[in-house]
Amino acid sequence: MSDLNRTPLFDLHVELGAKMVPFAGYEMPVQYPLGVMKEHQHTRKAAGLFDVSHMGQVILSGPSWEAVATAFETLVPMDVLGLGDGRQRYGLFTNDAGGIEDDLMFARRGDDLFVVVNAACKTADIARMKAALEPEITVTALTDRALIAVQGPGAEAAVAAMDAAAADMTFMDVRDLTLDGIAVWASRSGYTGEDGYEISVPEAQAEALTRKLLAQDGVEAIGLGARDSLRLEAGLCLYGHDIDATTNPVEGALNWAVQKVRRAGGDRAGGFPGAEPVMAAFENGAARKRVGLLPEGRAPMREGVAIFDAAEGGTQVGTVTSGGFGPTFGGPVAMGYVATEHSKIGTPLWGEVRGKRLPLTIAKLPFVAANFKR
Amino acid sequence: MKFTEEHEWLRVEGDEVVVGITIHAAEQLGDVVFVELPEEGTTVSKDDEVVVIESVKAASDILAPIDGEITEVNSALTDNPSMVNDDPQGEAWFFKLKVSDASQMDEFMDEAGYQAFIG
Repeated sequence: MSDLNRTPLFDLHVELGAKMVPFAGYEMPVQYPLGVMKEHQHTRKAAGLFDVSHMGQVILSGPSWEAVATAFETLVPMDVLGLGDGRQRYGLFTNDAGGIEDDLMFARRGDDLFVVVNAACKTADIARMKAALEPEITVTALTDRALIAVQGPGAEAAVAAMDAAAADMTFMDVRDLTLDGIAVWASRSGYTGEDGYEISVPEAQAEALTRKLLAQDGVEAIGLGARDSLRLEAGLCLYGHDIDATTNPVEGALNWAVQKVRRAGGDRAGGFPGAEPVMAAFENGAARKRVGLLPEGRAPMREGVAIFDAAEGGTQVGTVTSGGFGPTFGGPVAMGYVATEHSKIGTPLWGEVRGKRLPLTIAKLPFVAANFKR
Repeated sequence: MKFTEEHEWLRVEGDEVVVGITIHAAEQLGDVVFVELPEEGTTVSKDDEVVVIESVKAASDILAPIDGEITEVNSALTDNPSMVNDDPQGEAWFFKLKVSDASQMDEFMDEAGYQAFIG
């Protein structure tokens, strides 16, 4: 694994007994000795700490906030200009066909925009931003910062014990905190459906901060395995699986992420890559849609399982894009795409697992209710 | 108890063998969430896929270690798959097999041999 990158927390993961696996070009902890199931359950009832330093952290700066926000709006179908200082939003880079090149979080820090993108896409994302926005806007990849998520009902107590101001933040707030002497950028967000924080910290202090966080009551290190089952129960998309360059935001059931001001009739309608096909999808609907899928039995339906409209014969009407066992839900859960006429909640369909058609139902997402601090 | 390179164990009971997976295999699989057992009465050949185990991570097949007929399956596993993690070499046996050719047992390892095999 010599050509793989390591995060600043690599040595700590090994010390904690993590099983390391290649993921998006990095050696990452897939699980610790606790195991995926217990790590998942611990995060839902106490607090989990995740190393997400493989993700891309980027700062966009320019002559003014308006200049930065207006420029970024040429790449995403989101309301960037309307973002308040110290607030964060979910976003999508679209392509000319209206497909999704990556999903991301963006936050306003004064006149700057702080963008966090997926590890597997970060090289392309940074190139895209530089090509489109420079020289008026400066695009700086922050390769010297780690990113640590603390998630779960115990996250607030753990982080606020180190800086009381953490407790004053609500969902999608971003703020500078000083955690036991370490200056960090924190956002109240995550990828588990739980309350929590994502904390950007200079790499030189990442391990010290992580050790301090792990020393707080109820905080355990959690690997990528549980991160995946947590986000699946929360109905959150995994880029490259549940959304990709061939799915538009309407097909991906991400309509909520495209604010009205950027849609037809809005003050700043269009003006992003693929505006025409995306607007058409809003207008006319899409032929397929991302939905929750609830297998009836105990057999997990994993990525790639074909979905049919009959127990025998019939036609394929969809495919599972993410699926597995939901430890908190207590059974198999999945999501995927189905033809829109089969996408109504409660519709019975069949997934083909090892040659057998097993019943499933279109289900509401998320499978486990979100627990955000609004 | 005998052990296979596929990380199964076999315990002889009269003209039958009881088959399960080893502690080592259960640890490698991680938390087991689903077990699909064969039908009792099925005749199987060595290396047929007879059991499907799904863990939180992935699906794996358990192969028939020898030729024979499935005489009994441990249906408790269907409702309680986590038994495979809790007691893989005891309570969580998968099936009993009536042996067609006892000489097929000769190639398997004893416990010391298996321990050496997994290092």
